[in-house]
Amino acid sequence: MGNEDLKILITELLPAATYDESGEWLNIVVEPASWPAFAAQLRNHESLQFDYLFCLTCIDWKTNLSMVYHLSSTRYRHNIVVKSTLSADQPQINTVCDIWKTAELLEREVYEMFGVNFLNHPDLRLLILPDGWEGKNPMRKNYEDPINMIKL
Amino acid sequence: MFEEIGTTSNGDLQINVGPQHPATHGVLHLVLTLNGETIKKVEPHLGYIHRSIEKMCESLSYRQFIYVTSRMDYLSAHMNNHACALCVEKGMQIEVPERAQVIRVIMDELTRIASHELWWGAMAMDIGAFTPFFHSFREREKINEIMEETCGARLTMNYYVPGGLMADLHPDFQKKVKEFIIQFKQRIDEYDQLVTGNIIFQNRMKGVGILSKEDAVSYGCTGPTARGSGLSSDIRKLYPYAVYGKVEFEEILETGCDSFARYMVRIREMKQSIRIIEQLIDQIPEGDFQAKTKAVLKLPKGEFYTRVETARGELGVYIVSEGATTPYRIKFRSPGFSNLSALDSMARGSKLGDLVAMMGTLDLVIPDIDR
Repeated sequence: MGNEDLKILITELLPAATYDESGEWLNIVVEPASWPAFAAQLRNHESLQFDYLFCLTCIDWKTNLSMVYHLSSTRYRHNIVVKSTLSADQPQINTVCDIWKTAELLEREVYEMFGVNFLNHPDLRLLILPDGWEGKNPMRKNYEDPINMIKL
Repeated sequence: MFEEIGTTSNGDLQINVGPQHPATHGVLHLVLTLNGETIKKVEPHLGYIHRSIEKMCESLSYRQFIYVTSRMDYLSAHMNNHACALCVEKGMQIEVPERAQVIRVIMDELTRIASHELWWGAMAMDIGAFTPFFHSFREREKINEIMEETCGARLTMNYYVPGGLMADLHPDFQKKVKEFIIQFKQRIDEYDQLVTGNIIFQNRMKGVGILSKEDAVSYGCTGPTARGSGLSSDIRKLYPYAVYGKVEFEEILETGCDSFARYMVRIREMKQSIRIIEQLIDQIPEGDFQAKTKAVLKLPKGEFYTRVETARGELGVYIVSEGATTPYRIKFRSPGFSNLSALDSMARGSKLGDLVAMMGTLDLVIPDIDR
């Protein structure tokens, strides 16, 4: 399905969604609250079948955070990008690891690196950072570490 | 190597595998929950070799950041560089000369063979056969020599730059590659005689580490791990880049879903790589090896995503640019990370001894997972 057809179909499913078509793939911006139900629709809809989450990440825009989900369908081979804006102080969004199992580890990585709290995640704890690492999120733009040089 | 941590409330034993275990090939640390010999849960603990490459790249220019990526999946250094170069070229709309594209594909495929060679030897060693390691390293050494001559390095090649290649080919390149092809074609059959047909080996691999196609999709598996479960995921076929659209080769699919299927995918893939190299080695067009680019690269504001097929699967490079000389945010979607996440579901209910065979056929490279 092309970007235009996807847009028509997705507007039917979620009229509140906004779009950005400047890139290669259709970018959909959703509210964090509507994300879990919308994600299930994307996964299960007969002519969408986005069963393959190939990239899950987060971007720190200083004033807010943006969750980015790259989705693909192994049946129809179409791709979309779903984004959701979170507040920088208390970022939280529902987990999608019940829909795409790969999200479990990817969300743990985002949790420790950006401090995003994934609601209903079965096992949200540090994955890469050492035990006892609290409060600091290394991938945030305001993170500075005087001992371990990260900026080159 | 196996260290007891303690027991859970219902009497299950918890042990560490790694981070310094010979079979984890690096510093992978798994915490296993065992009931007798049966695995009930596998938890990966990562971070022992995390270098924060993504954060580092935020302060490196678009010419510099490519070199860091050779250190991610060090067995697929060329392909990592390729993904990054493609992403910058996509953003800058740089047209890469045909010669550079053909050389890139040949180099990628040589790297794929070298990577699968190392996997084959190491995996056989994991499950108790020591001889194959020497056989595979004999051939791999030839590829390393070819790389050394042209790129000046054997492992972290850093040969690709945005717009083409760092330097032209060594004059002996084609001759040496042709010699390698002849030698390798004779030797690959020895591999089958030595390992593939071995009944002990087959008993260790068949029916072990079952990963269903549904799980492979859900866990985001790619590369030979996914293709062993019958999931078509070859980026070279699905979204062709460079000159992959013009060469003939087969996407290898096996439907066994077990360790043996994943093993067969890689063995058969090596033969396809040889087929690609054979088609191109005499067809390298004359011309420039590098497009003319500005000294300082600035990607326009926007987001760019490219993916390539490395020896382990789909590597995605996601660059968010604010129009500056450095990326605002960069994300590497590494194949190993997603493939590792499937290990828990593969291993549950299996015996402890089979875990090593499963990890072997996932072909994990830890710096690729930890980045």
